Amino acid sequence: MGKKLHVTTTINGEQVEFLCEARQSLLEVLRDVLGLTGAKEGCNNGNCGACTVLFDGLPVDSCLVLGVEAEGATIQTVEGIACDGRLHPLQQCFLEGAALQCGVCTPGFLVAAKALLDKHPHATEEQIRFELSGNLCRCTGYDKIVRAVMEAAKEMTHA
Amino acid sequence: MKDFEYAAAATLDEAVSLLAARGERAKILAGGTDIIVQLREGLREADLVVDVKKIPEIMTYRFDPASGLSLGAAVPCYRIYEDGDVAAAYPALADAARIIGGWQIQSRASIGGNLCNSSPAADSIPALIALGAACKIAGPEGMRSVPVEQFCTSPGKNVLRRGELLVSIQFPPPAAKSGSHYLRFIPRNEMDIAVVGAGAWLRMQDGVIAEGRIGLAAVAPTPKLAEQASRFLAGKPASEETFRQAGELARQSASPISDMRGPAQYRLHLVGVLTRRALAKAAERAGA
Repeated sequence: MGKKLHVTTTINGEQVEFLCEARQSLLEVLRDVLGLTGAKEGCNNGNCGACTVLFDGLPVDSCLVLGVEAEGATIQTVEGIACDGRLHPLQQCFLEGAALQCGVCTPGFLVAAKALLDKHPHATEEQIRFELSGNLCRCTGYDKIVRAVMEAAKEMTHA
Repeated sequence: MKDFEYAAAATLDEAVSLLAARGERAKILAGGTDIIVQLREGLREADLVVDVKKIPEIMTYRFDPASGLSLGAAVPCYRIYEDGDVAAAYPALADAARIIGGWQIQSRASIGGNLCNSSPAADSIPALIALGAACKIAGPEGMRSVPVEQFCTSPGKNVLRRGELLVSIQFPPPAAKSGSHYLRFIPRNEMDIAVVGAGAWLRMQDGVIAEGRIGLAAVAPTPKLAEQASRFLAGKPASEETFRQAGELARQSASPISDMRGPAQYRLHLVGVLTRRALAKAAERAGA
């Protein structure tokens, strides 16, 4: 086993310290060291987006970030999307619109869609489809996902 | 993934000495979207990974219409297309930055990393070649500059020597009445590797093309400047016929292979089509 490195970071608003080997990805650290299993390992090579988290506010594939790179960063995972026990409008719309089947891609879609709507509250369907192209779903055919994001956008801008 | 040591260099000097001491056994980490996959899959090996994202020269860019753009090698793609001034001055660069992977990749991946990964199908390199960009390299013997079209030497290989690293990419100031475009063909809508990529840059003067440059990807062991096609453009009208002929000449400079992304004959056909379209869009942007 390699030497363990000490990392201090902020995850979902809380300061977190952990030990990891240099070779461990942020995804491995989140899941195996910190027990945050929301982010999923799909392809583990940056194609599928199932491991998407926000890194300093930007969506990244956590399988393509080393755990040690999280030093001093601010990370948000799908676990931090619901607020005070209430689902985020995106989560609610995914549920109500049945925008998932097996569910493995869902956390990544939720995080990427949240980043998109935070940046473009009035995103068009085309924008949603383009910006979510880094998230793959092998069940739904995408249409219900896109419609759920559009529905959430509507609710969030009317709220 | 085999374990390695990790060092975040704070200065260029520190990075150069770490890389010089370990040679081939050290690998540079910028956005990580290629190197982490390659280390995980055993395609490249490292005893030491040198993170260069703490080095100011590598993580910043400077644009001035009079002196051009100096783009730090690890500046992530999204910062290019989100800067309206840079995107307007170097549209081919912004085109490429917008289609390298999806948003998650563009948050981390850099143009410098795309260059150093030296894939024959790299999306940004034809744009850099068309725009006449040069690589600023730091090493044990100081700084040197290499034109982008001479940077890659074979698939996955480039001119970087022991202890050297790419610091920035230098773009000439945007010329009056100039325009550029990069496009690629992929069988999907997004998120794929180019079957062929073409970048074009044109400068108009007195109603004709004064000069032009065409860069191609996925048609040779390295991305390349289509020299004959580029030279042909000077003095010609910005017409469909000119662009078609340039496409023919570009085809002659291509030597594609057949692989899972497409047969060589198909790629040759694409070179003609994409060169013509890249030139037409560049001319439109130049106000021709």
